[in-house]
Amino acid sequence: MAELHLPATLLPLFPELPRRLDVDAATVEEAIRRLDERWPGFRDRLCEAGPHIRPHIHVYVDRERAALDTALAAHSRVDVIAAISGG
Amino acid sequence: MPQTVVLIGTRKGCFILESNGARRDWKLRGPYCEAWPIYHAVHDRDSGALYAAAASEWHGSGVWRSSDLGETWELSSEGLGYAEVDGTPKLSKVSGLTAAHGRLFAGAESPGIFESRDGGVTWSLYSTLDGQPGREGWNDPANQPPGHLGIPALLPHPDESSRYWAVVQGIGIFETTDDGVSWTPRNRGLRADWPLENPEVGYCVHKLVMSPTDNDRLYQQNHVGMHRSDDGGQSWVEITDGLPTEFGFAAAVHPHDRDTFYVVPLDPGHGRTMPDGKAAVWRTRDAGSSWERLERGLPQSGAHLGVLREGMAIDSLDDPGLYFGTSTGQVFASTDEGDSWTEIASYLPAISSVEVAVL
Repeated sequence: MAELHLPATLLPLFPELPRRLDVDAATVEEAIRRLDERWPGFRDRLCEAGPHIRPHIHVYVDRERAALDTALAAHSRVDVIAAISGG
Repeated sequence: MPQTVVLIGTRKGCFILESNGARRDWKLRGPYCEAWPIYHAVHDRDSGALYAAAASEWHGSGVWRSSDLGETWELSSEGLGYAEVDGTPKLSKVSGLTAAHGRLFAGAESPGIFESRDGGVTWSLYSTLDGQPGREGWNDPANQPPGHLGIPALLPHPDESSRYWAVVQGIGIFETTDDGVSWTPRNRGLRADWPLENPEVGYCVHKLVMSPTDNDRLYQQNHVGMHRSDDGGQSWVEITDGLPTEFGFAAAVHPHDRDTFYVVPLDPGHGRTMPDGKAAVWRTRDAGSSWERLERGLPQSGAHLGVLREGMAIDSLDDPGLYFGTSTGQVFASTDEGDSWTEIASYLPAISSVEVAVL
């Protein structure tokens, strides 16, 4: 099970979505898809056409910058970060 | 007594101003939509629902919807996007919303129109106006203005459910009479102060409105001038003479008089604010033959206010109320056809849109 940490900006959009949760997935893309099955629309908030991770969203797997096809190990930590931007 | 609801889209969410039919005292609610940037918030008269087009830099574009006058909101972008293939245009923003004939339309960047037939829950692509003159260049990065080329508005015919006019930024107006199957450029008579490869297209239409009392009477605020059509957009005549500048974004047409029309002229340079720091709305009562400056109650010094394309609205009451919102977060209202104004909200985030509904 990978351990996902999500940005706070997602929580108001999806009822009962926790900030931290465990997901059984082989890649980042699969983890996002699993969450989209439970919270429809979740994938759209992190991915754009391509598909790619949105430009102002960064994903790190075990502290390394990741893409959608990055593999997840049994106990990977996945951090989804919204850019420190805006004003 | 009727309830008057003013919807305000801002850079930091949607706000709602409420009053009764007298429109003297206003109560402000918000921000809604999780303070996402809202480009256009509208009321669907048929269903009573509210919709707000939004684009977050982090989480992409979507349309918020509320069935309880804004108390609760839900976001959807299901189907609101182009094919997920590299090299195809990306949907970077949804902006202009149109509720008509039981459907909801959203204009998008890159240029396209999406529609929803289930109240904004799911969306499908309505048209990308393929085949129109110069269409192949619309997605060329070299042709993009600041903020990307898009379709900011779709004007519906109130009685003919297959007839719409689409505005494409920097390109012009296109009409469909067969529900988006085919389109025809409707820019004859417009002015362009730049070279045109094809005189049918290449015009910068900022705002297009239709008279509720005469559906052939259209007005537009263009990048270069005010223009009027008396034949449903088939031809245009310029009516700029008498205005302080030819540039502006917002426009509103009187609900009961086809010859009365309001605009907010702005400096055309980088500032794009009201000339000389003096706030004013301009009115014609004779279809553009002459113009009056309306400034009573508006600040007349140090007021460098901008008003965007969806920033002015007019209600449908017998004494129609006129409203505009500024890039500096004020909302002004008039209940005497623009003769005098009152500031009904202050200190809001920068305002993108103002719409009004009478319930």
